[in-house]
Amino acid sequence: MGDILSIVSKRLGLGVVTLLVISIIIFGAVELLPGDIAQAVLGQGATEENLAAMREQLGLDRAAPIRYFEWLGNAVTGDFGRSLVSQQPVSEAISTRFANTLFLALYAAFIAVPVAIFLGVLVALYRNTVFDRVANVVTLTSISSPEFFLGYILILFLSVQTGYFPAIAKIDDGMSLIDKLDRTFLPALTMVLVVVAHMMRMTRASIINLLASPYVEMARLKGVPAWKVIVKHTLPNAWAPVINVVALNLAYLITGVVLVEVVFVYPGIGQLLVDAVTKRDFPVVQACCLIFAATFILLNLAADVGSILTNPRLRHPK
Amino acid sequence: MSTKKDFKELLTQDAKSGKLGRRDFMRFAVAAGMTIPLASGLWTSEVEAATPKKGGKFRLGVHDSNTSDVHDPGQYLSVGNIQLAHTHRSYLTEITPDNTLGPDMADSWSATPDAKIWTFELNKNATFHSGKKFTSEDAIASLNHHRGEKSTSAVTALLSSVVDIRAKGAHAIEIELNQGFADLPFVLTDYHMAICEANADGTMNWQDGGGAGPYKIVDHKPGIATTLVRHDGWHREGAYFDEIEMLALNDPNARQTALITGDVDAITSVDLKTMALMARNKNLVVENVPSGSAITLPMFCDVAPFDNLDVRLALKYAVDRKELVEKIMFGTATVADDYHVSPAMPYAPTDIPQRPYDPDKAKFHLKKAGMSSLDVSLSAADSILPGAVDMCVLYSEQAKKAGININVVREANDGYWSDVWLKKPWTFVKWGARATPDQMFTIAYKDDAPWNESHWQNKRFNEILLQAKAELDEAKRKEQYREMCQIARDDGGTVIPFFANFVYARNKNVQHAPSLSPSWELDGARGCHRWWFA
Repeated sequence: MGDILSIVSKRLGLGVVTLLVISIIIFGAVELLPGDIAQAVLGQGATEENLAAMREQLGLDRAAPIRYFEWLGNAVTGDFGRSLVSQQPVSEAISTRFANTLFLALYAAFIAVPVAIFLGVLVALYRNTVFDRVANVVTLTSISSPEFFLGYILILFLSVQTGYFPAIAKIDDGMSLIDKLDRTFLPALTMVLVVVAHMMRMTRASIINLLASPYVEMARLKGVPAWKVIVKHTLPNAWAPVINVVALNLAYLITGVVLVEVVFVYPGIGQLLVDAVTKRDFPVVQACCLIFAATFILLNLAADVGSILTNPRLRHPK
Repeated sequence: MSTKKDFKELLTQDAKSGKLGRRDFMRFAVAAGMTIPLASGLWTSEVEAATPKKGGKFRLGVHDSNTSDVHDPGQYLSVGNIQLAHTHRSYLTEITPDNTLGPDMADSWSATPDAKIWTFELNKNATFHSGKKFTSEDAIASLNHHRGEKSTSAVTALLSSVVDIRAKGAHAIEIELNQGFADLPFVLTDYHMAICEANADGTMNWQDGGGAGPYKIVDHKPGIATTLVRHDGWHREGAYFDEIEMLALNDPNARQTALITGDVDAITSVDLKTMALMARNKNLVVENVPSGSAITLPMFCDVAPFDNLDVRLALKYAVDRKELVEKIMFGTATVADDYHVSPAMPYAPTDIPQRPYDPDKAKFHLKKAGMSSLDVSLSAADSILPGAVDMCVLYSEQAKKAGININVVREANDGYWSDVWLKKPWTFVKWGARATPDQMFTIAYKDDAPWNESHWQNKRFNEILLQAKAELDEAKRKEQYREMCQIARDDGGTVIPFFANFVYARNKNVQHAPSLSPSWELDGARGCHRWWFA
């Protein structure tokens, strides 16, 4: 166990350094965008005097490095600043939005992960049959279509024509969990369709890989039924790559939802990020991107730890 | 037959406007030869539906509604801002559904003969959502928000000629200008000029989202949704809905789906490509309202080859405006004639002949300019208007017949206003509607205007512009604007192919007055308090 703790702490340290580098890149990228916040906020109609007054008010007339280190100094103490546009504290602006995104991601994950692994085991069991082919073609088609297209198709058939589910996933704090789950079913289903193929095929591939190994041959020879060979003998050894792929897809569920949020008008963090970039609202952009980056770092770490824990050879290195 | 039909229309009209009660309506209708069931049916379908009823929760899907929308009237920019502003705040004056100037928080106004000092009598019954009575202090603080060097308002230019604003008692204000300005009451309808409470130090309190509008905010999540309830102390007729819910629906498909599935009762903007499909739905009504919002293609009149009047005229003759309206705007635009006054604006001239598409005439002008062919570049970006680049390409095809070669340059969407507009010699521009010709000409056509986008200098035009500013005689003013339009059309550096209409949609059970205000989407952004449920 001591090894795992040292790995975790090392990786967390590296993660912090990564975040720092990312924050510099984001700041630079926002600076490079044409136009600035004063122009974006005041629009086409602003005069030079308006712009100057606004820049002074927001402190934008100072040099870029000074502004960056000021932000960094505050961020280290936990203060991520205020949105330049609305003057609302960034943490406040982001918290509910991020909670919504997390809710949708978890909802989708709760459906997608079991379905993908179950399907993966099934297609490995019935590999090269019609069932295998159909499952592969369907999931590959859904992963190959853009999210917004899948969303529109679902809206057309499950909402406009049949009225089973609402087309707009507008949720608020006062709703019951059942209401929320009903309202957000279509966006969650879209996300599920997008991530299932990857996980399913990885499960299938790693199981089939193992099926050629001698110990599986042995199991078969002693008369273990096919499904038991897979569930009891191969799956435990196949976990490591599967966990990796699941973690990657979970990260995607959180960071890749922008289009789905737009299509279903879901009040998540992606829409906030898009708004913030168009207004050049640096503190909000920075906070959103750092959340995304941290999600990736943490989930990757979780994937590594998970694959070590499920693999005795990695748990007890010689 | 036709007289009978006329009579029927007359009858319903009188009944709608309240001049006839149900009993009289039936009596006249029967006397005119209608059967009783027919007359009764006419009453229910036409008249009753047109009589405003109170009640219901109006759910409106709004496009261009962002997380970054703020309550500061000086920084209103998005459609979401504009719709909300007219719902929870009030203005001194308003554009009425029949497109004239009407009172809002000011009851009446008058000016000295030179139009330099204006007096506005304020409504004595108006109250803010906080319960505070509306007084001249509030009006002064709200207008001063857009004045002074420290102001971050986007419309300081509109009030730049104001020298002083002072109170005349608790319910009147006097505005003094350094030049005559007959349009001042119109300018005060601008969506930035919302009235808020004054702070003790004379500044404006916009931060808490309060106002004196027909509805007060209950819950406001910028970029997501806003809920409002009726403000019982509102000083005017209307505000029929009990509650309003504005939803940010920026994606065109999501917005239209929401209207079709009944998740909202009206939406602010309809995607033109699918408009025809929506219009087929019997439960929906698509509104197509001509506006003052123009597409302009300004050429720098001091840069070759545009410094040659004949080149400019050739380019004006080489555009088939009707085809652009039909193919790019799907018919939802009004053909323009190279002067920036739309038929939806006051003082619009009616007797200037429309310039036709005439490649031969264009060739003739090219020849006069000493050229046999012409190569020019036109910059556009689709962020300005969906289909902007397509429009320019179509224009370039039309111009080829006149020997003109237009090279269409697709510019980056980001930073178009700062890097392309006013920088490149020929660009694609979309202007929001302005209330009056004076406002439009002063911003973009006056010789020394910072946004004189065509660098156009015309002595006579600028002379009349200044005269008309202070002219209070309506007939004289109309003639002055007619002359200015004529000069802009024949000498100006701007090709104006069309004025874009406002296209929005509502469920059939939402009713409104016979005409719609052309100043913004949804009845001048005042649908929330003007409309009602059948």
